[in-house]
Amino acid sequence: MKEQDPVERGPVQRDPVELVRAAKAIDGFPSGSVLVRGGRVVDPTQSQLAPLQAQAAAQAQASEGAATLDAVCDVLIVDGVVEAVGTDLEAPEGAEILDATGKVVIPGLIDIHVHLREPGQEWKETVASGTRAAAAGGFTAVACMANTQPTNDCRSVTEHIVEEARRAACARVYPLGAISKGLAGRELAEFGDMAKAGAVAVSDDGKPVENAELMRRAFDYARHFDLPVVQHAQDMEVSGDGVMHEGEFSARLGVPSIPAIAEDLMVARDLLLLEETGGRYHVQHLSSGRSVELIKQAKERGLAVSCEVSPHHLLLTDEDVWKAGLDPNIKMNPPLRSAADRDALVAGLLDGTIDCIASDHAPHHPDEKQLDFSAAPFGIVGLETMVSLILDRFVRSGHIDLARFVELLSTVPAQLMGLPGGSLAPGSIGDVTLLDLECKITVDAGSFESLSRNTPFDGWTLAGAPAGTVVSGRII
Amino acid sequence: MAEGHWSAKHLLGIAELEANDITSILDTAESFREVASRPIKKVPTLRGKTVLNVFFESSTRTRSSFEIAEKRMSADAINFSTSTSSLSKGESMLDTARNLEAMAPDVLVIRHPHPRVPHQLAGLIDSSIVNAGDGAHEHPTQALLDAFTIRRHKGTLEGLRVAIVGDIEHSRVVRSNVLLLRKMGASVVVAGPRTMMPRHAEALGAEVAYRVEDALEGADVVMMLRIQLERQGNSGSQLLLPSTDEYFHLFGLSAERLALAKDDAIVLHPGPMNRGVEITSEVADGARSVILEQVANGLAVRMAVLYLLAGVA
Ligand SMILES: [Zn+2]
Repeated sequence: MKEQDPVERGPVQRDPVELVRAAKAIDGFPSGSVLVRGGRVVDPTQSQLAPLQAQAAAQAQASEGAATLDAVCDVLIVDGVVEAVGTDLEAPEGAEILDATGKVVIPGLIDIHVHLREPGQEWKETVASGTRAAAAGGFTAVACMANTQPTNDCRSVTEHIVEEARRAACARVYPLGAISKGLAGRELAEFGDMAKAGAVAVSDDGKPVENAELMRRAFDYARHFDLPVVQHAQDMEVSGDGVMHEGEFSARLGVPSIPAIAEDLMVARDLLLLEETGGRYHVQHLSSGRSVELIKQAKERGLAVSCEVSPHHLLLTDEDVWKAGLDPNIKMNPPLRSAADRDALVAGLLDGTIDCIASDHAPHHPDEKQLDFSAAPFGIVGLETMVSLILDRFVRSGHIDLARFVELLSTVPAQLMGLPGGSLAPGSIGDVTLLDLECKITVDAGSFESLSRNTPFDGWTLAGAPAGTVVSGRII
Repeated sequence: MAEGHWSAKHLLGIAELEANDITSILDTAESFREVASRPIKKVPTLRGKTVLNVFFESSTRTRSSFEIAEKRMSADAINFSTSTSSLSKGESMLDTARNLEAMAPDVLVIRHPHPRVPHQLAGLIDSSIVNAGDGAHEHPTQALLDAFTIRRHKGTLEGLRVAIVGDIEHSRVVRSNVLLLRKMGASVVVAGPRTMMPRHAEALGAEVAYRVEDALEGADVVMMLRIQLERQGNSGSQLLLPSTDEYFHLFGLSAERLALAKDDAIVLHPGPMNRGVEITSEVADGARSVILEQVANGLAVRMAVLYLLAGVA
């Protein structure tokens, strides 16, 4: 086996100070200060109330498994950057005070898989509405997919999204560029140009890169820019015209199905390619238990592979599709799989094989979801339900603690995509999420900030919810 | 007219029926069968009622059978198909429902290529709905007419062994038949090439065989399915079946194979048949074949269903 370049293992190597400076250059942080006062601060990247220290040191410490900061204290943000974390911090003159008493204060949450639909499908979502949904859902940053119209496959489209985000967004927006021009799977897009304009990774999401040679070249070429190659893993021949998981329930319903092996085949192929080429590989919305196993083995072999899982794949199965009577709002790709797959995903999340949780927020207009199950488009919205779902079903139930929650939804996503944030260590970007662990909410799709309402979680009652965000010192 | 005990608003699938509902429909069908033997085959049962036959997928046989049943009951029968109307399978369910409802039908007979479309429309519409086939999901009137035909020959469904042979994965006839036959106490074995068997076939509730001989052994009833080369999805029919000739050699019903079944076994086929593919002419036209009776019984069963859903006593 070929040893992979050690530099390309682990998180994207970008200087955190540099990242903060770059973000500042784009967004122009507001001057002034915010004191987030009296909350329970949980930050796995800090071990104690430290004096000023560089974020890099803090992150290094975290990866060595240091104890987590978990204490009632204050966070002071000055000119968009975390200045200090400590008890009874003095509010500078003119500082805004954000009372966080009774709340949990964590590094701003980052969702690395959303579809903002702009440009081109603004009836489904826009940068403005999608980031309002992000803020309402407790996220301070999102990474958006390239399957817009036109495709984000060149600098001008990337710049358009970045500009729109600067103007209208309630959360940071990091575009992913396309791997192939027009997502057509034939020619490489201009990775370098898009990266210069702000693309943080490349993906043809919505579609897989089917052509193995194109994928091989994408791995090669992305190394020049240290961009993760992000794959929607699906063998299109095997999945055919399927619309739900191939299993007991598709057999009973006579519904054309998408076998789990459609994902496994693509993951296995890509891992072989990665071993050959080097580079970084990130698998999106993992759904199959066998794919978890493949990634676990690849990680043991030292490959630079990471993966995400979506809340719906952790919580629902194909039986729920059956029970919902083929409601189009429970149709997504990859589909909800068997209980055994779901259990393997949960196990992979708990044992660390799965790196992070991402929503795959895929808005579709209610009119589009009024088609029957087979005809309706794939995808559900997730930004405004994800935090409560994970808090209720995983944190409250004791499967993961708050520190791990922060890793899964903030620290690791930042590392994987090379983003500022994921930490409240002094010097970090001033992005904060507040959580209310006690409140009970009932999901009401009708009141979403998103322009779309396609969720299978409507009406669910959950304990724990986001309670506000701060983006570079700006209270949202 | 026999009094049926089944009273429901819709006939969406066999899944929604209990055994006594099925018996009640079959009993009612017996009295309608008699109508066919009269010189004037028309009864006033549905006079003044409007029945729309809405076919999003072409089907001459089922549509004609419903249409004749409706006319014999004096209903105003109107046909809509995607080729002759503004209806389209890309239309929103709500728009489809509103358009159909605007015509104020008493009963909607719906055939759609996608599973559970009739069920979804039932939640959006006031009319009674009869599912005339939704994708590969259900085809309840076909299963009822098959059961009716079997019962006329065997007296009962209970304890029978029924073999169903063909493309199991893509067949709504199989799904409805297995549900019905199991509810009525029969045992079912399904057989076909592995490429035409759903990967979790055991979930259907039937025994699964991959040799036609295993399925035929000791069967009281043999049901051969039409091999539909046009309904094999994107994967391409040649991926499921190299040739109809090879299918015939592996799974076709010949007189020699039929000899494996019980001596008094009957042979059914939902039609239209591919002679020389799933069945030989010798068997199709032979003494054990009840295939033409199925067509006649289809009328009686559909009349019974319409009567029970919309008829006035
Ligand atoms: Zn995807």
